[in-house]
Amino acid sequence: MGTLGERTAVLGVGQTKYQSTRGDVSIAGLVREAALRALEDAACTWADVDAVVIGKAPDFFEGLMMPELFLADALGCVGKPILRVHTAGSVGGSTALVAASLIQGRIHRRVLTIGFEKQSESNATWALSLPQPFSVSINAGAGGYFSPIIRRYMARSGAPELIGCMVAFKDRQHALRNPYAHLQQPDLTFDQVVEAPMLWDPIRFSETCPSSDGACAMVLGDEEAGDAAEGPVAWVHGTAMRSEANNFPGRDEVSPQASRDCAAEVFAKAGITDPRSEIDVAEMYVPFSWYEPMWLESLGFAERDHGWRMVEDGSTNLDGGDLPVNCSGGVLSSNPIGASGMIRFAEAALQVRGMAGGHQVEGARRAFGHAYGGGAQYFAMWVVGADKP
Amino acid sequence: MREVAVVSSAIHQVEALTFTTDVQLMVPLINEARDAVGLTQADIGFTCSGSSDFLAGQGFSFVQTLDAVGAFPPIAESHVEMDGAFALYEAWVKLQIGEVDTALVYSYGKSSPGSRRDVLAVQLDPYTVAPLWPDAHSVAALQARLLLESSAVTVEELAAIAVRSQRNAVGNPNALRASADVTVDDVLAGAVVADPLRATDLSAEADGGCAVVLAAGDRARSLCERPAWIRGIDHRIDAHGLGVRDLTLAPSAALAAGKAAERAGFAADAVDVAELHAASTAQAHVLAVAMGLGGTGSGNEVRIDPSGGSLAADTLMAAGLVRIAEAARCVSRGDADRALAHASSGPCLQQNLVCLLGGE
Repeated sequence: MGTLGERTAVLGVGQTKYQSTRGDVSIAGLVREAALRALEDAACTWADVDAVVIGKAPDFFEGLMMPELFLADALGCVGKPILRVHTAGSVGGSTALVAASLIQGRIHRRVLTIGFEKQSESNATWALSLPQPFSVSINAGAGGYFSPIIRRYMARSGAPELIGCMVAFKDRQHALRNPYAHLQQPDLTFDQVVEAPMLWDPIRFSETCPSSDGACAMVLGDEEAGDAAEGPVAWVHGTAMRSEANNFPGRDEVSPQASRDCAAEVFAKAGITDPRSEIDVAEMYVPFSWYEPMWLESLGFAERDHGWRMVEDGSTNLDGGDLPVNCSGGVLSSNPIGASGMIRFAEAALQVRGMAGGHQVEGARRAFGHAYGGGAQYFAMWVVGADKP
Repeated sequence: MREVAVVSSAIHQVEALTFTTDVQLMVPLINEARDAVGLTQADIGFTCSGSSDFLAGQGFSFVQTLDAVGAFPPIAESHVEMDGAFALYEAWVKLQIGEVDTALVYSYGKSSPGSRRDVLAVQLDPYTVAPLWPDAHSVAALQARLLLESSAVTVEELAAIAVRSQRNAVGNPNALRASADVTVDDVLAGAVVADPLRATDLSAEADGGCAVVLAAGDRARSLCERPAWIRGIDHRIDAHGLGVRDLTLAPSAALAAGKAAERAGFAADAVDVAELHAASTAQAHVLAVAMGLGGTGSGNEVRIDPSGGSLAADTLMAAGLVRIAEAARCVSRGDADRALAHASSGPCLQQNLVCLLGGE
């Protein structure tokens, strides 16, 4: 392994059922549910946890400022350290990486990390539309921001119009095999995906992510803890984070350099030279369908302008694909924003532990977890494997 | 532990930055901190910042502030929705791994556009406490009242803390409340604003920011004549509920100080100077007792808040990082061989970070 520091293992994963409204629990109850499941999976108790790293998207989404303060008790944190990460949409991934750094830097032996969002507590549209004194809002939302970039990709790559619909249909089919996934649409047909209303041309309603309540947690441990685990663990083979400025002349918004640099670093650390053949399964942050082929290219799984062909020929399908993408249903099927990145990282870990249940990729040994945020500016990635690096 | 030091810093705190964006605030500060050690962003291995969307009044507000760094080519970067002292902690952890040798840390806050004391009410339990909108001054006053009732301190002693801060702040360009000749009687003559606290008992609300450069080992020695080495750093949190804690104590501050001391090899009461992040004189007293500063039998006199501390200028989200910068400057200037910097978060000192610094 190219990276220095302590070897790090994912000892346990815990998720809540993602749904529009978890009215039966408070914010504290929601995060505790995921945390307890992760502890149980890791065969740990609260006493085994040295520190907690929590992440979520803007505090306005719940109307609770710096929620780690309120959640310290629910997360068994009294007398322990807690850090709160916020790196826009990539936050779930970044949070996991900060937690991993506490192990890699040999500060702690076991760290609980958790991402959450309880969007039903507030109003995300309000939270994202507050007037600003020095700027004019175009009030376009995330879809309005990304649709021109998708158009650019379509023009550049010559991708057929319905590639996005194919991604959306595939991920919703995958979601049927994941009991935690928010959208469960067993009767959905491809034609219905295509005929859905156009929201931000070329993004249809069916090609966007839902708005979910949910939390995802992981227990990370050092080499000794990983070795001592009775069940399978996922070993961290590489981690990387990158950010770039939002707006400057010449910026490649379709495939930002921060994305390419981050992928290059994480694969180098994991000793991977050909991601397409060496990665068995990928969980990528795809909130709008077209981002699957775009990221496949940017990350090096496909040649430039050829990512859409992998979608078209079924390469990213759980059934029969050589690089199944988002077997959990992805962000397109569940989107508790602050947790969405961590779900990608956790699902990658579940795959190499052989614990992904109905959406398990047979024999997965190495998996890739990915998250992005801001105006496609913030990137967090990891590679996990069944074997110790 | 890998040796990591503060090698430069830049601070700017004023009463109100009315016509300044966060980017305009941070560009000169980040440049000043990098220029002081001759580094450009390309030389920085890791960047970490702290800020609050609730102050900016905008979700994802830190995304725009990234423009102040010059993040292209892309950088390895992270952000905490916490005081910059915690961003510094994350950067220190990153430096421990050994992948990178330098880090840039910055944080900033502009609370003047709103009513800070009311904004902070939304930090409280959102179901049972926040709906009552207890403002931050009233919450701090509850703590001070309990402290007085417990006979741990007198009103005059709290006034003396206010006097100490104002006198020490003289000559600090980043202090808002400074006076060379203020007396306890002057302070006690002031009106009570949140019984038992007077305006001078409450920290002076500031807008501002801070940038710090960290470097490891010989890299630090090559950048700076006298690096301020981080000998120990730790942070802990207490329970959230105001009713389940003894507000006259700060167990997480004591615990963090003890853990930092284990790494440092010297205790908090062995430092020459200490910079405290307190929202009130009462909190400054609670912290000094919790961390054993002054009068625990060591015979060592700790100079508390040589800059005036956060009582003299309290920039939300940056005050803790400013404490580390001020303490590090004391070490780098040769004014201190050992220094303590403290940062806190949450109501009534719920969360506390302690950083022990030392010269070569």
